[in-house]
Amino acid sequence: MATRDEIKFLSNPKIGGQRKKYCRFKKFGIKHIDYKDPDFLLQFINDQGKILPRRITGNSLKYQKKVAIAIKRARHLALLPYVADLLK
Amino acid sequence: MRQYEVTFIVDPVLSGDEIKKTAKTYNDMISKEGGKIVNEDNLGLKQLAYPIKKRSSGIYYCTEFQVETGEMINGMELAFRRDERIMRFLTVHLDKYGVKYNEDKRNGLIGTKKKNDKDEVKPDPSKKPPYKDKKREPRAAAPTAPATTPTPAPAAAAPVVATKTASAPEPTPVANVKSEEE
Repeated sequence: MATRDEIKFLSNPKIGGQRKKYCRFKKFGIKHIDYKDPDFLLQFINDQGKILPRRITGNSLKYQKKVAIAIKRARHLALLPYVADLLK
Repeated sequence: MRQYEVTFIVDPVLSGDEIKKTAKTYNDMISKEGGKIVNEDNLGLKQLAYPIKKRSSGIYYCTEFQVETGEMINGMELAFRRDERIMRFLTVHLDKYGVKYNEDKRNGLIGTKKKNDKDEVKPDPSKKPPYKDKKREPRAAAPTAPATTPTPAPAAAAPVVATKTASAPEPTPVANVKSEEE
C-alpha cells in the first residue's frame, strides 16, 4: 500500500545531496598539519595509500596542499607507504 | 631565530647504547654549532611502512632546535648522510603555526575529543550528518530519537531489509534508493 509520503520520497530529487562539504581545517581552526602523525593522515589517503582528491575530502586548496606535503614527508620517513594494499 | 625540526631513523640492529650514542652525537653537534635545543624526542622503535636498506623497523628520533641562521643545517645533513647508522632523516623548517603546534603538543593540549578551543588540533573527524528522513520513522520498528537518528542504524537496517525477500513491497524500493545513495 503506497502512502502519500512514500510517493514523495521516491520522487524527491534532493535525496542524497544534502551533506554540506566543508574544510575541516578552516572549521576547527587547525593551522598546522603534523607529518609525524600517520593516524591523522590516514583520513586523507585511500586504501591503496594514494592521496584523496580535494573534492572527496572537502579541504580547501591551502590545506589540501599542506596535507599533501605532510603525507609526502610521512612517506619519506616510512610512516606511510608509497603503495599499499588494503591499507584500511 | 629560526626553528627547525629534524627527524631521523637509526638502525635498530645496533645495541641500545650505540643507538643512544648516535642520537646524542647529533644533538651535541646541534648545540655545539650554536643551536638551542627546544625538544628531544625518542619516538622509539617503529615498524617501517616499507623496507629501508632491508630493515623493516627503526628507531625514530625527533629533535627540535632554534638557530639564528640555517648555515649549520648543511653540515648536519652531510654528517647524517655519511653516517651509516642513520637510515633516513628529514629536516623541516617550522613556521609559526608549527612552532605553536609543537608547543601545545608538549603541554598536552592536543589530543582527540577535546573541547573546541584554540588549542585543539584534532577534532572528531567530520561525522556524516544523520540521515534525516523523518517520513521513515513511523515505519521503523525500534523507537528512535526524532532528529538525531544515528547513521549506523539506517545503514544497518537497509541491508537487513534488502535481504528479506518476504518483506512487503513498500520497504524494498526505499532500500534500493538508500543503497544507491550510499
